[in-house]
This record gives sequence, structure tokens and C-alpha cells, in this order.
Amino acid sequence: MDDMSATEVTIALPKPAGRWRARPRLKEAAFALVLLGPSMALFSTFAFYPLVKTFYLGFFRSDPFGLSSNYVGFDQYLDVLQSNEFHRSLITTGLFALFTVPTGLVLGLGLALLAHQKLRGMVVYRTIFSSTVATSVAVASVMWLTLLNPSLGVINYGLEESGFEAVNWLGDPDWALPAVSLTTIWLNLGFTFIVILAGLQTIPEELHESAKIDGAGAVSRLFNVTLPMLSPTLLFAVVVLTINAFQSFGQIDILTQGGPLDRTNVLVYSIYTEGFRNFNEGVAAAQGVALFLIVLVLTLIQFRFLERRVFYGN
Amino acid sequence: MATSARPVRKRPLRIRRVLGEAAQYAALTIAAAIILTPIYITVVYSLQPVEEIFSYPPNLLVTDPQWDTYKRAFETGSLGRYLINSFIVATAITIGQVITSVLAAYAFAFLRFPFRNLLFVVFLASLMVPWEVTIIPNYQTISTFGWLDSYQGLIVPFLATAFGTFLLRQAFLTVPRDLRDAAAMDGYGHIGFMLQVVVPLSRAAVGALAVFSFLLAWNQYLWPLLITNDDDYRTVQIGLKALVSSNIDEFNLVMAGTVIAAAPILALLILFQKQLIRGLTSGAIKG
Amino acid sequence: MSRIAFRDVTKRFGDVVAVRDFNLEIEDQEFLVLLGPSGCGKSTALRLVAGLEEPTSGEIMFGDVAVTDVEAKNRDIAMVFQSYALYPHMTVRRNIEFPLRTRKIPRAERVRLVAEAARWLGLEELLERRPSELSGGQRQRVALGRAIVRRPQAFLMDEPLSNLDAKLRVKTRAELVELHRQLSRTFVYVTHDQVEAMTMADRIAIMNEGALQQIGPPQQVYERPANTFVAQFIGSPPMNVVRATVAHGGDGLVANVPGGTIPLPPAAAAAAAAMNLDGLLVGVRPEHLLLDGGPVKATVRLVESLGHERHVICDLSPEEFAIVRLPADVPPPAKGETVGLTATAEHVHLFDPNTTLRID
Repeated sequence: MDDMSATEVTIALPKPAGRWRARPRLKEAAFALVLLGPSMALFSTFAFYPLVKTFYLGFFRSDPFGLSSNYVGFDQYLDVLQSNEFHRSLITTGLFALFTVPTGLVLGLGLALLAHQKLRGMVVYRTIFSSTVATSVAVASVMWLTLLNPSLGVINYGLEESGFEAVNWLGDPDWALPAVSLTTIWLNLGFTFIVILAGLQTIPEELHESAKIDGAGAVSRLFNVTLPMLSPTLLFAVVVLTINAFQSFGQIDILTQGGPLDRTNVLVYSIYTEGFRNFNEGVAAAQGVALFLIVLVLTLIQFRFLERRVFYGN
Repeated sequence: MATSARPVRKRPLRIRRVLGEAAQYAALTIAAAIILTPIYITVVYSLQPVEEIFSYPPNLLVTDPQWDTYKRAFETGSLGRYLINSFIVATAITIGQVITSVLAAYAFAFLRFPFRNLLFVVFLASLMVPWEVTIIPNYQTISTFGWLDSYQGLIVPFLATAFGTFLLRQAFLTVPRDLRDAAAMDGYGHIGFMLQVVVPLSRAAVGALAVFSFLLAWNQYLWPLLITNDDDYRTVQIGLKALVSSNIDEFNLVMAGTVIAAAPILALLILFQKQLIRGLTSGAIKG
Repeated sequence: MSRIAFRDVTKRFGDVVAVRDFNLEIEDQEFLVLLGPSGCGKSTALRLVAGLEEPTSGEIMFGDVAVTDVEAKNRDIAMVFQSYALYPHMTVRRNIEFPLRTRKIPRAERVRLVAEAARWLGLEELLERRPSELSGGQRQRVALGRAIVRRPQAFLMDEPLSNLDAKLRVKTRAELVELHRQLSRTFVYVTHDQVEAMTMADRIAIMNEGALQQIGPPQQVYERPANTFVAQFIGSPPMNVVRATVAHGGDGLVANVPGGTIPLPPAAAAAAAAMNLDGLLVGVRPEHLLLDGGPVKATVRLVESLGHERHVICDLSPEEFAIVRLPADVPPPAKGETVGLTATAEHVHLFDPNTTLRID
């Protein structure tokens, strides 16, 4: 007790009134720094610094053996921007997005609408429909590598039985990208399904009931109530799927290695081959910058929806 | 009138409902069958002898399951080792991400400090840097650290997550401010309040983050491919690729390896479906 | 701990002054109620005592010691929140025990203290439940339990009864007074409800716009309000205050109010006259106005019945009106009827129209 009053007396030293009380705030700021420190250090080391470094590497041209590099300013960026390889790679990536996103979205929406019913056993169906979300890109690719194999594929058997010609899916330049897209659509279906189903579940039941009372049939309800209410979710899914398409690598690496005839050489695969196979770090970095700018625009769009979800959603 | 009209009107309605339900079940089942086909065929092939896989027309039933193939997959492909590596890496990343996100989210939700909003934007900005863009400098960094072919190299770059910080901050913000004041009166500083009140109250969000982090870490492909050559550190995803490259004609072996690589995470999905869905629907990006 | 004191305390939030030049001494073991309308700064004042806010300037004193820079957890005080602030994930037992767990109290002792607090508050049966399984009244008790379990020097309560229904509020009021008596500790209690203040307080401190208006025992605050704000805040319906001029009448000084004249208490009237004011504010409580055909003429606008009494709202002029409180057994006047009102000098309050302060 004596000790306590002694320490309290030291606190009681007279102080001028009205001074700025810095100590507690400083302490809080210091504590915040400690809490944010680990994340800040990691982001700086593995996101911000390497981003700047990527821009910087784009200014250097490597010799053919990857042994030395010279500063060439924007020349290399311009070279990359004007090169046929880069254009083809961009077009391939764009086509890949075009093949995967709308189809994936429509299929995901269909599954979500099917599963958004109150039926016994729905849990099982929902688990099955979500199952590909847990499938890794490597597992999915190896599965489809087998399914699409011309010498044992069930798919080709099915085609032949129905009177079509068998297709050398991964070996035919015209069919390789659709084949990779098919794999990707399947792989993303679980994610698309989950997101859209969650969106469906946030639509108030009263809206459907009131539409029913107003005499709207199932189709009319879908187009006049469900889809408009679902549009933020659908847009969110589109953006995420598109970003995914631009970042795809694993399925290409396992199914086609960019071939045949570069027909599946998407942007990330091109960065990988330039940077780690051909030792053209500068070229890879310049392509990386292009990828960054594309994803940046898509992410900014996504943040707008993310924000909206935060304010109104969940 | 009303009583006599009743049975007449009720019957067609009920029949229509039963028919509707039957149609729905049919559609659901067909969709489920299509989605499951690749998985089913994978399992079937993994249990058939190689000759049977090549038979034409294809045989999609297992008459004589070859369990031995699984044993061989473990042995020839060192899949056991890869599974352990994946488990170590994914667990470490999950724990690390939960810790760094809890700390950072707490600061953003409960502390007042200068530049708080600016720092939050900086955190979010890290989401805009795709890993694929920065692989070259990151490879150089890890190489400089001497972390190629090491657990550190696989784990450390992924220990912080802006998405997780964002997810947890949203959850933490729903903790009433009165609870912070009550805990302060009850004698708890920030750490006590964080561990004893905020985290337990936000366990749903923390669980969602943990499951989500584990899934992403387990399924990583590009980075482990770049920095591991040594069997001792390869993850199961890369191991699977290696298995395919070196046993391209042994489809039963490859398919058994695929099942082994997929099984743990499918089990995770079934066990933690709720958390995973929560994680995904809070605006996640599947990488 | 002895006294809690505010010394020249000001608290700003940005441009908003929540508490302004606040000086107040709270006696040891006193039940002090901080009363005022919402947004008057009373909760901020309480949080300053708790250590949940730091003053912008000035000091908070416990006895002779400035505790301004002492953290909340080291001030040896407990607080009951309006929302109760129970930890939703903990059982009642864990909630009550929570403040003991940081204080290195042996487990057996903790169990004993929780049991004792639970017995006091009648919570024995509820100890293993979660807050979500309790009624509002039970939650309020758990919040009290968490406060009393560690025997603090002072209890701070922020509108603790406002989430209870009317019947339970009356019952809990009496229990809190009894608890205060048994614990012999200082209670600082914040409310906007004058009935709570009048029934529970040793002294009431009335606040408005961040400033202290008056402090005193309930009866004194009611009988001698220090300014027109207090006069109209305490009492229901509020005191009638109208503008008047002073004149000489038969028995001394009288006030000319719209509709007639009323007598003034001689001492106060003399003091007012000496101040050479341009007019006066005259206040009479509704219960002190009589409907007996007196000298102030008014027109009945509305009669409100509350069951046990009636409020008669009378227009004195197009701008001014007065409320008269009538017992239920007195037949009320009709709407539109002209009535005569009387006030007795002893029940008339005078205020300075410039400062709104009381004139005695």
C-alpha cells in the first residue's frame, strides 16, 4: 500500500494545464507500428520492391547467354510492345479470357440457380458443385491431360460414337486453346458457383414473393428480379475470372507448354519462358509490366465492387 | 362452393409440384454427373491396369481394383515426401497469415495513429501486384538469401496477406467499442483484449481466412516450380508434374498420384465448406 | 480513494467541445448523478473519470493525486455501460471473473468472489449461461456483477437502466440505492432521466452543452434552480417561464405578465429591482399554478389527461402559454374557456433575462 502511494505521488507532479498530452498517443502509434511491422516488411520485400525492380529490369537488355546486360532505356519496352510475339501472346490471353469467362459465368449461374432451391439433399449437390474450388490447377490439368489424350480419351470416344471426328485436342493448333479453356472452365466452376449462389442468397425472399403476387412467371422473375439484383455479384465474378485468366500459368505448363505453334503461349507463360528458359530477364520484365497494368485496371474495377459489397453486402 | 372447389384445385397443383421437383432433381443430378466425370474417370483409371485403360471402347468400370498402383505411386514418385512438404508449407503459411493479419487488422480497427488510412490503402495496393509480375526479382531475392530449395523460400514470401487483413478488419470493426472500453476497465491492455475478446469473437472470420489460406498455399504452382529442384523440398503439385513427365505412359500411376495429391484438399473442402465459402465470398481471388 | 475531482477540465473532439472548463468535486462514498440532455457531455465526463478519454486540458484528481495520465486499468474503478458490454463468447461466470483474471488472484479466491457477487445479485442459477441466453434485466445484473466483483473504489454507471422496461427500471433503481448503501463506495451515475436522478442521487450535477449548470441535493435543485435551463429541465411538465416587468402592487412588488399580475417574493423582487433590469423572467411550476379564477386571465387550449392528473395548457397571449397541473378529481375546464390563474409569491422564481441566472 505504501509502495503504491509512493508511485502515485510521482505521477502527481504538478503539470501545466492545457498542454498537449503526447505520451498515450505516441505509445499507441508505436504499438500500431509493431502490429503493422511484419506485414509492411513482407509487402515491401515481396511486392513493392520487386514491382519497382521489374520496371527497372525492363530498362536492361540481356545478351543471348544471359551473362550480362546493358542499359537501353525505353528501347526494350518499345521493342516488346511492337514485337509480334508479344502481340500474339496478348491476343492468345485475350482469346483465353473470351473462351473461359462468359461460358464459365453462364454455367456457374445455371448451377447456382439450380442449387438455390429448398430441396432435400441439396447440401450434397452444393458440395459437388463447389468441389472444383478445392482442386488445384496441377490436379485439374493432369486429369484433363488424360481425358483429352487422343489415344485413350473418353471424350473422343463420345465424339466418334455421335458421328463426329476425333480431335487431337492438345496437339492440334486450332484446338489446343479451346482444350485448355475447357479445363479452366471446369477448374473455375466451383468458385463461380459459390460466389453466385452467395449472391442469390442475399436477394430478399419478399421480392420474389411480391413478383409472384404480381403475376410474374418463373422466366419473368429471373429477368426482372433475380438478374438485376444479382448484377453486382455477376460483375464481381466477371472481373475475378478475367484477372484469373490473365494470370493463368499452371494449366498451360502441364497441358501444352505454350504450344503447339505458340497457340497457347499466354502472357504469364511467355514471361516464364523468357525469364527462366531464355534468360531474357529484360524482356520478361517488360512483359511483366504490361501484365501489371492490365491487372491493375481490372483490380481497380474490382475494388469498386468490393467496396459496394462491404457497404451493402453480407 | 368453396369446399367442393378445394380438392379439384389442389390436386393439379400438387402433381405439378411433384413433377417440378422431379425435373429439378433430374437437372441437378445430370449437372453433378458432368462435373464429377473427370474425377470419376481419374479414380477409375487409377484402379485399372494400364492395358485396360487403353482398351477400346473405353471401359469405365473397375472390375479388378489395382490398389498396388497407389503403393507404386508413393514409391516411384516420392509422393509421400511431397505431401509432407506441401503440408509443412501450407500449414506454416496459414499460421503466418493468420498471425500477421490479426495483428495488422487489429491496428487498423482499434488503434489511432497517423497515416492510418494511407497505410490501409498501401496494404490494399499490394493486392494489385500479381505474383506473376514480380517472379523475376523475387526469384533473385530468394536466390540472394540462399533460399532456393528451402522451406523458407516457399513460405516467407507469403506470410502476409492484404486480403486477410481486409477480411479480419471488417470482422473486427463489428466488435462493439463498448467491449474495448469494458476490457480496459477490467484491466486488459490491447494484447489481452485482442487475444481474449476480439479473436474469439471473430473466430468465424479467422477460420475462413485459415481455410482459405491453406487452400491457396496447398494449390500453389508457379512459385514452387521456380524455386525447387530438390525432391526434399518439392511440393505435391510440382511432384505431380514430375510424375507425369517421367511416367507419361503409365496412366494408372499418374492417375493414382493425382488422387493422392487431390484427396487432402477435397477432404478439407468437405470438412470446412462453410469457412471456405465465407472466405471466397468476401471478395477473394482464386489464384 | 476519497474524492474524485475535475480541475478545469476541457475535452475537445476536433472542433466540438464536449466538456468545457469543468470543475466538480465528488465526495467519498457519495451517489452523484450527472444529469443532462443527450449530447450535453455527461458521458464524456464519466469517461474522463474512467480514463477512457484523456482531457484536452485540466486534470482529473483522485484525492490529492492527479490521475490524468494513469491508464483506466490502474485507476481502481469499475464501470457499467449502457449496452452492458458483456463479452458475448463468455459465460456469465467468465464475464464476472474476467476482471479478476489479470490481477493475479488465486483461482480459489476468484471462484469465491464470483460466487459471492452472484449471490448478491441473484445470479447463481445463471452462471453457466451465455449473455445471449439472458433477459435484459439479467444482463444488467451480470454487468453489475462484473463491476462489483473486484471491489473498486468507485463505480461509474452510464445510463445503466435505459435498456430496461419501465417496471424493471423502478425495481432496479431501489436495488442500486441499496447496493450503494451496502458497498459504501462512490457512485457516479450518468442519466438523462430526471426521475432516476431525483430518486437515487445524494447530489445531482446538471450539465448542458458541456458546462456544469448546478450541483446540489435533489430537493434543492428542484426548489432553487440556478438558472432557467435547470428550472425547465427538472420537473415534469417543465416550469412555466414567461417574460414580465416589475411594478408596485398592493402588497409590494408584483410582476406584470401577459394576462395579469402575480405577486413576487419580496427579497428576490427587491434584489431584482436593485439590478435595474429591463424586464424579468418569472417562473412558476405547473403544480404551483391554481385554477381558482385568479388575476391572470388565460384561454384553455388543450386538456391532457394522464389518468392520475391532468395538464391544462392555457394561452396567456398569442406568444406565451402556461401549463397547469390539476389532480384527476378536480373537474377540468372546457377547451376555449377563459380561466383565472393564481400563483403564490413563495412559489415564484425570478431569473435575470440576460444571464438566465436565478435572482434571490
